[in-house]
Amino acid sequence: MNTLTTLTTLGGLPELLDYDFMRRALLAALLVGIAAPMVGVFLVQRRLSLIGDGMGHVALAGVAVGVFTDTAPVLTALVAAVLAAVLIELIRARGRTSGDVALAVMFYGGIALGVVIISKSTSSTPANLTAYLFGAITTTSNGDLWVFAVLAVVVVATTWLLRPRFFAVANDEEYARATGMHVTALNLVLAILTAVTVVVSMRIVGLLLISALMIVPNAAAQLLAGSFRTAIRYAVAIGVISSVGGVTGSFYAETPSGGTIVIVAIGIFLLASIGTSVRARVVSRRHQRAEHHPHEHGLGCGHPAVAHGDHVDYLHDGHRHAPHAGHYDEHDPRVHAQTADESETAAETTAETRSS
Amino acid sequence: MLHVTTGAASGPGREPILSLRSAVFGYADRAVVADVTLDVRQGEVVALLGPNGSGKSTLVKGLLGLNSHLGGEVELFGTPMRQFRDFTRLGYVPQRHTLSASVRATVTEIVAIGRLPHQSWWGRPGRTDQRLIDRALDLVGLEDRAREDVSTLSGGQQRRVLIARALAAEPDVLIMDEPTAGVDAASQQVLAEVLARLAAQGTTMLIVTHELEALRDIVSRIVLVGEGHLRFDGTPADFVLAQRRQQDLILAHEHHHHDDDSDVSQAPGVLSTPHGPLEQPAQKRGVES
Repeated sequence: MNTLTTLTTLGGLPELLDYDFMRRALLAALLVGIAAPMVGVFLVQRRLSLIGDGMGHVALAGVAVGVFTDTAPVLTALVAAVLAAVLIELIRARGRTSGDVALAVMFYGGIALGVVIISKSTSSTPANLTAYLFGAITTTSNGDLWVFAVLAVVVVATTWLLRPRFFAVANDEEYARATGMHVTALNLVLAILTAVTVVVSMRIVGLLLISALMIVPNAAAQLLAGSFRTAIRYAVAIGVISSVGGVTGSFYAETPSGGTIVIVAIGIFLLASIGTSVRARVVSRRHQRAEHHPHEHGLGCGHPAVAHGDHVDYLHDGHRHAPHAGHYDEHDPRVHAQTADESETAAETTAETRSS
Repeated sequence: MLHVTTGAASGPGREPILSLRSAVFGYADRAVVADVTLDVRQGEVVALLGPNGSGKSTLVKGLLGLNSHLGGEVELFGTPMRQFRDFTRLGYVPQRHTLSASVRATVTEIVAIGRLPHQSWWGRPGRTDQRLIDRALDLVGLEDRAREDVSTLSGGQQRRVLIARALAAEPDVLIMDEPTAGVDAASQQVLAEVLARLAAQGTTMLIVTHELEALRDIVSRIVLVGEGHLRFDGTPADFVLAQRRQQDLILAHEHHHHDDDSDVSQAPGVLSTPHGPLEQPAQKRGVES
C-alpha cells in the first residue's frame, strides 16, 4: 500500500498541484509533519502520550465558540488550547491523585461543550463538525495557512532551541532542578507548544487524531534509532512521510485526511516493529553469551582491550568478551581476524565457555 | 587501593565548602531534620549515615534547594543559601534505581546533561564540553559504553552514568544519595573503586549511605543522623570506638535494669538511640588535627 501511494504520488503530482487547496494542504501537512513529532517526543519521554488528545478535546470548545460568535475559530481554539495547557501543567505540578480526575473532567467538558455549542450555531452543519474532528484538506484557507505557517515555524524553532533542556527535564526533573534549571517554566513552555501544535494540526489531522501524529512517529522512531538525537530525526522523517503521504492519499481515495495520515503512520510503525523483531531474532541466533563472571571489563581492568568495529572486546583466557546489554558475548578471534571490518558477522563463535 | 583522605587534607584555615549552623530542613512547614551544625571542607569525604527516615536525604536535598530551608544558617562556598546561584558547583548524584527508559538515550547524551548549565540557551556542546564528558566517562570506567543506550546497562553501571553526569559539570563537591544501594556485590566493588579514584584526586564528597562497609577505605569522616538530629560527627576510628563504648554502656545498663531494655531494642551498636551517650555535643572534627 505504501508503494502504491508513492507511485500515485509521483505519477499524479502535477495534477495534484493544479489545485490551490491541495497546494495549501500539502504545505500545511509538511509543517505539521515536522512540528508534531518534534514536540511529541518529549511527551513520550515524560509518559504523557495522551495529553495532546485532551488538549484537542478542549480546543473543540474553542472552535465552537468561534463558529458560534462568528470569529476566527483558529484563534478561539488557540486561546482554549493554551488555557487548557497551562491548567493541565498546574494541576500536574501539584501532583495530587485527584489531578487525574480533574483532567478527565476538563477534557470531556471541552468536547461536550464544543458539540453542544456547534449544534446551536446557525452557520454550521454536521459535516463542519466532522471536518474539525477528523481533518479535511479542503478547509484550509489562505489566511489559515499563514497563521499555521507562522505558528509552526515558532513551534519548531522553540522546540529545537530548547531541545537539550526539555530532554534534561523530562529525563530527570529532580536533577534538573538541583542544577538550577527553570523546570516549571520549561514544562509550561512545552505544554503551550503542545497546545499550539494541536491547533496548527486541527485542519489537516483533526482534533481527535492530532495526538496520534505526535506519538506514533515517535513510537516507530524509538524502534529504529539508537540515540535520542537520531530518534528525533527519524520521527520527523516518519511524520512528514505520514502527513504528506496521507494528504496525497486522501485526495485520490476521497477519504478524510486525518484518518489517512494516521493509518500511514501506524503502517510505518507496524513495519518498523516487524522489521526490528525479525532482526533481533536473527541477531540472537548468531550471538552467544559468554560465561557469567562478576568481574566487570573496562579499559585498564587487566584484560587486553581490542577495538572491534563500534565496540571494544576484552581478551579473556584466550577468547573475546564483548559487552552487550548487561552481559558479555563471545566474539570469535579467528572470525574476527578474517573479517575485521564486518563486525556484525564476527558474533558467530565456537569458543568454549569456561569460568575464570 | 587504600586511598584514605585523612584530616590533613582539610587543614584549618580553609573556608568550608558547606557550612550549616542550626539548620532546619523539611517540606512545606514540616521540619524533618533540625539543628544541624556541620562544616564540610575541601578534600573531605563525609559519609552521612543513619537509619531510614532519619532525615539524611532531606538534609542533602535541602542543601541542593530541593526542599524548604526552614531555619538556621546555611552557607555554600561562603555565600548564604538564599543568595546562592552557582548551582553547578554542587554535583548531585540522586538516588535512582533505573534511568528513565521511556525513550532512547545514549550514555553520552545523559552525561551531556551535566554540561547544560554551562551552556547558553542557544548553545550546543563544544569541544571543551566533549572533552569533559569523555573525562567523566573515563573516571567512572564507562568510556567503552559511551554510545550505548543507557537502558541496556546494569544497575551499577547506570549509577556510574549518574556520577559521570555530575562530574561533567565540574563541581567542587559531589553530593551523592545512596550511590551503592540496591546493586550487586561486584557492581558495588566497582562503584567503590570509582569513588576511591575520585577521593585520591582530592574530590570533596558528601555520601548518604547505608553501606559503610563498601566505602570504609574511602571516607575520612562520619556523620550520623538519627531522628532528625546529628548523633555523631568524627573520624571512622572514633566512630568505631564510640560504637564499642556505647555497646558497653548498653550492656552495663541492661545488667543493672533488667526491665528496661528499650534502648537495646533500637538496634544495638548503631548510634541512633535518642538517649545514647552521643547525644551530647557531637564531637567536633578539625579540633583533633
